[in-house]
Order: sequence, then C-alpha cells, then structure tokens
Amino acid sequence: MSETLPLSVVNNRRLDRWISFDADRSVHLAVGKVELGQGIITALSQIAAEELDVALGRVRILSGDTADAPDEGSTTSSQSIEVSGASVRLIAAEVRARVLDRLAQRLNCSPDELSVEDGAFMRAGALTGHDYWNFAHEADLAREADGNAPRKPHTAYRIVGTNAARLDLPAKLTGAAFIHDMARPDMLHARILRQPGRGARLAALDEAAIRRAAGGAFRIVRVGDFVAFVGEDETVVQRAAASGQEHATWENARRFTPDQQEAASLVGQPSIERVVGEPPSPPDAPEVVRATYSRPFVAHAALAPSCALAEYRDGIISVWSHTQGVYPLRQSLANVLGLERERIIVRHAQGAGCYGHNGADDVALDAALIAMQVPDHCIRVQWRREEEFAFEPFSTAMSISLRAALDADGRPADWMAEIWAGTHVSRPSSGGNMLAAEALPTPAPEPKPQDPPEANGGGGTRNAVPLYDIPVKRVLHHLVTRMPVRTSAMRGLGALPNVFAMESFIDELAELAGQDPVAYRLAMMSEPRARRVIETVARLANWSRGPAGTGRGLGMGFSRYKNRAAYAAVVVELDVVEEIKLRRVWCAADAGLVINPDGARNQLEGGIIHAASITLKEQVTLGAEGVTSLDWDSYPILRFSEVPEITTELIAAPEYPSLGMGECTFGPTAAAIGNAVAHGLGTRIRAMPLTRERIMEALLPG
Amino acid sequence: MTRFEVNGQTVEVAAEATVPLLDVLRNKLDLKGSRYGCGLEQCGSCMVLLDGEPVYACSRELGSVAGRRVTTIEGLSTHPLIAAFLDEQAGQCGYCLSGIVVSAAALLGRNPAPSRTEIVTALDRHLCRCGAHTRILRAVERAALALREGATA
Ligand code: FES
Ligand code: FES
Repeated sequence: MSETLPLSVVNNRRLDRWISFDADRSVHLAVGKVELGQGIITALSQIAAEELDVALGRVRILSGDTADAPDEGSTTSSQSIEVSGASVRLIAAEVRARVLDRLAQRLNCSPDELSVEDGAFMRAGALTGHDYWNFAHEADLAREADGNAPRKPHTAYRIVGTNAARLDLPAKLTGAAFIHDMARPDMLHARILRQPGRGARLAALDEAAIRRAAGGAFRIVRVGDFVAFVGEDETVVQRAAASGQEHATWENARRFTPDQQEAASLVGQPSIERVVGEPPSPPDAPEVVRATYSRPFVAHAALAPSCALAEYRDGIISVWSHTQGVYPLRQSLANVLGLERERIIVRHAQGAGCYGHNGADDVALDAALIAMQVPDHCIRVQWRREEEFAFEPFSTAMSISLRAALDADGRPADWMAEIWAGTHVSRPSSGGNMLAAEALPTPAPEPKPQDPPEANGGGGTRNAVPLYDIPVKRVLHHLVTRMPVRTSAMRGLGALPNVFAMESFIDELAELAGQDPVAYRLAMMSEPRARRVIETVARLANWSRGPAGTGRGLGMGFSRYKNRAAYAAVVVELDVVEEIKLRRVWCAADAGLVINPDGARNQLEGGIIHAASITLKEQVTLGAEGVTSLDWDSYPILRFSEVPEITTELIAAPEYPSLGMGECTFGPTAAAIGNAVAHGLGTRIRAMPLTRERIMEALLPG
Repeated sequence: MTRFEVNGQTVEVAAEATVPLLDVLRNKLDLKGSRYGCGLEQCGSCMVLLDGEPVYACSRELGSVAGRRVTTIEGLSTHPLIAAFLDEQAGQCGYCLSGIVVSAAALLGRNPAPSRTEIVTALDRHLCRCGAHTRILRAVERAALALREGATA
C-alpha cells in the first residue's frame, strides 16, 4: 500500500501527527507546507473540513514547525495542493473512518448507518450524542495511516471547490501578522555588515566612525568576517549598518565586468551537460531555422526584506523564519552551527511573498549565529533593502538557442533546444548554500552546482521539451558551473525563459509557414486538455489578428507547467510605440480539481502580472564591485498604471487530480507578450526584458 | 519629548527628533500595521496619514509630526475599505495592503466617486510584488460605492 501513499504521508505516518481534536470543539491540523501568500493554509483547511465533515471555521492549522508539525520538506513548485492536499485528504478520511468504525462497534451497528454533521455523529439521521470531541479518543489515532479509507467523491463536495475566504488575510490587512512584527522578551535588534562575497576579508573597520553615525548604544558581534551590529534600538543598529560599508575595508573582494550581467556571457563557459530526449543534432545542420532567446538574472525582490528571530537558551536554539522549509533549514543550521538537530527548533512565521528561495534562510543563519554569541536574548535580524537586492540568490540568466528542421507543411519535424544556465536550485539543504557560512573562520565549501533531475521537472530544462506533436525532440542543457552571482530557485525555475523561447519560435515558424499562430499550434497538438485551454482562450479573446506592424499587437502563449502540472494559455493585447502598454490579458487554465476557485484565480492573475513585470522590466545589473540594482528605482517592477485588465477562465475538470497552478501562467504570459510585441512592431525582440531601448534598437533600419 | 496625536489619542514619545516615524510607530507605540519595505520612499508599505494626507512614515522624522494628527491602518480598522478588501479577497501575501488602504482612504476622503484612472494615480506609488493589483483596484471601487450608498441611505 505504501508505494501509493503521498510522500508526505510516507514520511509522517501517524494520524495524530496531523489531526487532533481540541476541547474547544476545534480541529487541530498540523501540516509541513507553509503559507507564502498563496492561500495554502486555507485550501488545506478546506480539504480537512470536507473529509472530516466539520465546518471550515473549526479547523485551526499549525504549519511549519519542527517541534509540532510533520516534515513535508519545502513548500515549492506548486506541489502543496498536489502532495500536501492529497495527504491531508487521506489522513482526514482515515481519521473519520477509524472513529466511525469504533462508534459502530459501540453502537453495535454498521458504519454505513452513521454519518457526520459538523463533527457530530448521527445514526439514521438522529444525533447519537457522540462527536469527534467526546469520542475520537476511543479510536486509536496514534497508529499509522494505511491509506485504505475511502475518500469522498468530488460530486459530494460541499467545502472543497468553494471560494472560502483566506483565513490569514484580515490580520495582514490591518495589524501585526508577519515575522517582522514579532516581539519577544529580551529582544535585541541586529543588522549585518555583509561580506561583499566569498573570500573577501575584512581588513579594517572604523568603529568610531560607525558609532558616531549610529548615535546610540550597540555592540559589534564578529565571527570571522561575519559582522553584526546588535542593540536594543532598531533605529541605531540600522544607522550603524547603513554607514558600515563605507567604514569597512575589504580585501580580496571579487571584481566583475559589465558583460557578466548578460545571459550571453554564459555561452561557452565550463559546464555540466545533460541531454533530454534524442541526442543533440550538429549545430551546423543545413535547412534548419534557428533563433536565440535570452533572459537576464532576475531577483525575487520580495516587498519585505528578509527577517528572522533566534534565541539561544539552555543549550537549545529556537529560530523563527519565513523559510519555505523548516526541516531542511534545521538541518542546514545544524551543519553550519555544529549542533545536533535535536537542539534546534525552527518555527515558520509568515513573511511577504517570496516566489522561491530568497534571503529567508540566509537571514535565519544570521540570527542564529548572533544568538549563539549573545545567549538568553531574542535576536531579531532584518535585512536592509539594498542588502536584500544585493545578496538574495537570483534566478539564473538563461540563453536558449532553438533549431528546427521543418516538414512539407512547415511544421517542425526535428526540434533542438540548446540551453546555457546556472543552477536553478541551490537550497541550503541540498547545496549547502548559506550566505553567512561563507564568512566564518572556516568557510563552508562552495556548493556543488547541480540542477533538479528530470523526474522533478528539471531546472534549466523545465518546459524545454515541447508538448507539441513533433517527431524528434532534443534538448542539450549546459549547467554553467562558475557563476558571477549566487543563483537558486525562483517561481517556475527555467519554465519562463524556456516557454518564452519555445512559444516565440513557434510563432516565428507559423509566420514562415504563412499560418495563423493559433491554428498552427492546434494543428500539432493532440492532447485534448491542451487543445481545450488554447481554444478557450482564443474564444475569450475573440482571437483574430490584423496585419503586423501597426503598433497594436496580439499574441498567444501556451504551456503545461513542467509538462505535467496545470495547463494554461494566455493571450495578450498591447500597444507598442517606443514603449509597451499592456491593454488586456485573457487566460484559460485547467488545473484539474480546484480546491478554491477564487484562490486559484488569484494565483493565475498574480502569475500573469509577475511574469509581465519580468518580461518587460526586470534585470539584475552588475558593476565592478557587485550588484548595482539595489533599490526599486534601479530594479523597477510593474506598477498599478502598467497593469492590464485580466480575464481568467478556469476549465471545470474536477474528475482529474488537483494540479499545482501557482506557476502555470508564468511562461505563457512571457511568451504571449513577446509574440504580441512582435506582431505590433513587425519585428521580433528575442532578449528579455523588452525595454524601450530594445524596441528603439529593433526599429532602427538595417 | 515629542507630543502628537495617533489615531485620535495624544501620545508623548521620548526619542530623538530625527528618528523615523515608522520606527516610533512600530517599536514605541506597538502599531505594527505600518510596514517597512524599503526606507526609501519607493514602495509605500509604510504609508500613514498626516493631517489626512498620505506620507511615507519611513522617511518622516518624528520631530516633524509634533502637534499634528497621524492616522495609521489601525485607525482605519472600521473603514469600509477593510470590508471591501476582504470581499474582493484583494491580496496575496498582504504585505503591501495596509499602506495601500491608507492611500485609498485619503483618496476616498477627498473624492467619493473616483474613476479607475484616479484610483490608479492615487495608488501608483505603491508596489505590490504579488500582482494583486486588479483585485485591489476593484476593492477600492467597491468601498467607494459602499461609502456613497451609506451616505445616501
Ligand atoms: S518603506 Fe517607506 S516607502 Fe518603502
Ligand atoms: S499582496 Fe504581496 S505584495 Fe501585495
């Protein structure tokens, strides 16, 4: 049985590790996935309430806690509904079945005669006087799940599939709700003087000058080249840190050249190669259409700077973090601090949306390192804005060259993608990637570059294989081993650049064949669910394209995320005269059974805007000494005045399992914008971001 | 000692005049709904009302609010905007929202029937990284409608 159990259950078999019943007639649900603004705790509560047959308001959820909640790894890759949702459903169904079986024995009846209404047990429609709260202890919930209890059919759902309001939103709207807002006894604030990069050594620090700038009391904690300003007054330590860099002399800091900020600089670098599909074709094959697309480094750029709290008392260190994975973070902290895991507790506290691996884990190590030096206090570290922009791990730049040999109908018969990229996943747990560890007297070794295997959807290869009916598909991935900046996971990994490239190229091939892009796609797509989202979005948008080059552009993009999660097709209408003005976006998505349709739409819309921002505006820039995009002026994102009208349609497909959808609009949106710009301009821009400078360049004659 | 009014109550704060108002609100007055995002007047997470006008609390020095009236998100907890944001489920992570509600409240205070363009203009200095913009705009329109209906009822 166990091979069919969801991974989260395999790793946490005991029923009572997940669900218990509290005296105030609430249900305690403990999960390992954490709220990142994506609405997961609401959706998981809906699933538990549904299977247990209790009102949604009774479910109290504890998420992400190495002391009191199950280990579900990290909250990534739209896996939460797929894996955690399936686990909660299984566990809740089994808890319900076990308790009812026990009651049936007591009442000497068949379990089929029993039903549950808001937690009260009924027999033939009459109250039995028993409910979860007075009877659950009679059943043995300390045992392991076997996965055999029947789950409700989707046709019986009353809570799943409804637009339950987000449980966490009211507090976030009006008051203290974030990790940044936590206050604990004996709390001290801290800011970091950041080592400019691995290997840099602090040769001198003008402490007196920093103290003058700070204008208040604080202490300096130093371990190797890790330096922190720690004190009671947040304003003072903030000022100390703000002045710190100009009063510090670093030796052996790495230097950069401006070309290193561009994706093209990766091409030809030493790399680890991976082949997906058929072996690569020779680059100089005749009769082949080719084009190269790229995206530069981009930042997660969370609205809030990373923050963590840590306290070291009686040999135990407690850490509060907005990490995506409390258990993996605990392991990483154990490695760096040299403590046994049992002496570390990591609890999740909510931060701003992170969209992947940002500074959350790094700042947790900062706080823990300081706490070890300053025991019996709670150390609260908050990164400065420029620190966030300079030191978070970025999403790697990518260069993607596509080649296609065409058949007699002008469709690709032989498709080849050659990709150059840094790693897309270098989490602390897998790669040992922890910023402050580089500054310690014995720096942690450099993480070995690796990328997720194809079985997990790949990283640089994510969505590189077209879903279209193409006889021969080849992918050659170069994982560049030495990168100018740290890179790690961001929403969709390689999917956005790969889908931008692929779907742009498809449009280029359609144009060569003299065909409409939507008809061209449908002619080589046999998967019914894929066809359905393409057809639906074309209908929503009233798809019909006028001539190119008029300044008004219409474009489409499609993908099935990871080729196995949710399907999404996007159409974009925009104006392009020197600058791009998005007008309207339509989206159709199929995510199988949807737990909370409004929450799902919120994810689709957010993905569209985020992807539009990346496609039009975003690039991490480098100067000789490091990152120069250090604030929201030098790293602009899409604003209210630049956001289009958005129409989404969720395809009803409750008979299919739930598919992760947080990332599914990402690639299609980027591609649809690229294609709409090409249509509006009459000439194509293949390098993101599609800035004013690039448009002017494209419009230059010659 | 600086004396000023916060959400209808007079407070006295012992701190240097140059300390950012945001730090005073969060750390001395335990009003955590105004949030730190950048400290640079670039994101709007820290927005508060000063005598009814939206200002960035991250750059506003304590000394400059002496004798004046500050309203934070906590002072707007019964404003129809709050219900409208919940009705529209306007937000994802929610970090940007309190500042946005503050700016929207100022807008609705002076213009009970703003156009979409006027709302966009009033909110354009606010960043939302999660892409909740279209919902936020709808929520402000909904609150405006509720206010007007409340006024005529
Ligand atoms: S924190 Fe004040 S504008 Fe960003
Ligand atoms: S909801 Fe996350 S920044 Fe706006």
